Amino acid sequence: MPQVFKRPVSLKDVPTHFCPGCQHGTIHRLVAEAMDEFGVRERTIGVASVGCSVFLYGYFDVDVVEAPHGRAPAVATGVKRARPDSFVFTYQGDGDLAAIGTAEIIHAANRGEDITVIFVNNTTYGMTGGQMAPTTMVGQKTSTSPYGRDRAKDGSPIRMAELLAQLGGVAFSARVAVNTPKNLMDAKKQIMNAFRYQVEGKGFSFIEALSTCPTAWGVTPIQANERIGGELIEYFPLGVYKDTAQWKPRIAPPAPVEQPGARAFPEFMNEI
Amino acid sequence: MSQRLFVKGNEAVAMAAIEAGCRYYFGYPITPQSDIPEYLSRELPKLNGEFIQAESEVGAINMLLGASATGVRAMTSSSSPGISLKQEGISYMAGSELPGVIVNISRSGPGLGGIDASQADYWQSVKGGGHGGYHIVVLAPASVQEMYDLTMLAFDLADIYRTPVMVLADSVVGQMKEALVPNPRPVTILPEKAWRVRGRREGTEQMIVKSLFLGDGELEAHNWKLHGKYDVMKENECRQELFMADDAQLVIAAFGSVARIAKTAILMARDAGMKVGLLRPITLFPFPTKAFQEVTLRCKKILDIELNNGQMVDDVRLSVARDAEVYFYGRPPGAGSLPVPEELFEQIKKHY
Amino acid sequence: MGRIEIDEKRCKGCGLCTTACHLKLISLTREINVLGFTPAITTNRERCTGCALCARLCPDLAITVFKDK
Repeated sequence: MPQVFKRPVSLKDVPTHFCPGCQHGTIHRLVAEAMDEFGVRERTIGVASVGCSVFLYGYFDVDVVEAPHGRAPAVATGVKRARPDSFVFTYQGDGDLAAIGTAEIIHAANRGEDITVIFVNNTTYGMTGGQMAPTTMVGQKTSTSPYGRDRAKDGSPIRMAELLAQLGGVAFSARVAVNTPKNLMDAKKQIMNAFRYQVEGKGFSFIEALSTCPTAWGVTPIQANERIGGELIEYFPLGVYKDTAQWKPRIAPPAPVEQPGARAFPEFMNEI
Repeated sequence: MSQRLFVKGNEAVAMAAIEAGCRYYFGYPITPQSDIPEYLSRELPKLNGEFIQAESEVGAINMLLGASATGVRAMTSSSSPGISLKQEGISYMAGSELPGVIVNISRSGPGLGGIDASQADYWQSVKGGGHGGYHIVVLAPASVQEMYDLTMLAFDLADIYRTPVMVLADSVVGQMKEALVPNPRPVTILPEKAWRVRGRREGTEQMIVKSLFLGDGELEAHNWKLHGKYDVMKENECRQELFMADDAQLVIAAFGSVARIAKTAILMARDAGMKVGLLRPITLFPFPTKAFQEVTLRCKKILDIELNNGQMVDDVRLSVARDAEVYFYGRPPGAGSLPVPEELFEQIKKHY
Repeated sequence: MGRIEIDEKRCKGCGLCTTACHLKLISLTREINVLGFTPAITTNRERCTGCALCARLCPDLAITVFKDK
């Protein structure tokens, strides 16, 4: 019988450190499948963030730069500007992107950097032990909101896919989930769309993927998955928030230069 | 025939970066260094380079990190409060062994302080600055010519040692105009950047630029490796200027702008028949310890002068011969606190 | 028809695959695997259609799917 479902080659054949039921693994696989299908693996440079996603280089078979907490979009900006021929993506969690890294994500998006950002929203800081994140639901109990997130005190969960869609530099912004086969198929489609924007040099593309954190939520993987389909999708609706098919492409990117420069001095520097 | 130009120190830094092959600059406006991003925003696009005005100094240093990880020469610049913000990124770059040039045209502090010349960032620059116990190379130019030459050297040292390198000056050196001979980029044998990320092509190794080491013993070994590198720098890269020090009975230790003022004071002292000289560290890290040892084998009096309350003097005390005496004179930076030569001459007379 | 193979050593027993199978052919054992989890197993294997939904929902890529064309 022929094999009909196999591991994408961009994903290494190793077990992950993720907890049972954590959907980082699923989202990793979808991103790797998109990499395979566009044939960009050999020119991909990934930017790892801080959190459970930090071991990107252990799972993706691509070159990786590790960024400080929240700074992945700035690091990716440097990578892409220096090597415009590479395919650059960041993979960040909600603590990383929506709290400490808000300045970096908003401005990379607003500049319209030709990068793809995969944003995994599990409404908590998973790696550090389940603390309250900017995306934590009102009323959700976490290790730093033991009485539940209080809207009056802690504000409301940030909807990043909608927020970024407002910015001029953003070519594509969508929110997806991988909780059901149907949503998962759609997630794959949107990740492909996001990749296409970068492959065609048409600007910044953003995918927010809702994900479970059964460990920090204190529920079983199946209950966690049900929470996505219920409470989370209700507050974080799935869909495409921006899709500018007619994005103006950048001018032909400059070739990386590293040679003694032309010795031209501006006129205002009078020779003496 | 060599060209001579009349330029500002900050412009010399920007010109040197271009001459050194740097085509990527990431910055954020702050006085008194804004001439550097202004110059490069004008010139880099003409050279197929990239200038980005980042959202913050934090953004700029991380863009430098990303660009540098791909193997290109890149630079950022700022002034003291902005350099504080960059410390996170500098620590990550040091941990990830990434080259990169950071220019600090320092201003007075703490806090918002003021925009006047200052040497109060000495500790922050040479003792690590960010978390985790590392060093970066710190070069301290005292003239527009040195702003130019040392910036080019900074790029070479960064590539040779795979380390961030800081050019530490202040508004005296950054804002003044002097004659500059724009020397061509020196010919240096540079190591191949085999570690850079480029996209893992079939048959090539996966490249990872990171500072996270979780395996048993990995991080300890990494730290020993970094500190081994610092030892090599201390051995090979110390630079200093000796001025009238051969017969001196009193040697002034000063760096950067203050060393210029001290030179005038030394000439005043020589006119008065006093044998006074100067030992000016050009590399603040690695600190020219041997030069201080050698000078104090003969001359037993060192007068350390700084535009702060005493920072480099710690390193001077650790470096001199055991029987040498180290005196200190400093002014905390701020409007009106830059000493005049007469003031330093008084100090020379006091300790001679 | 279809066939799946579950890599017992990779399975973390999260059970998401059991929710994906519309024929309810997958369940968790009570046996503990090398990771300390109770991995998924298949029952009534002959009814598998090879739809691969279980494999797609599996976060650990522990399921391989075969299907006759």
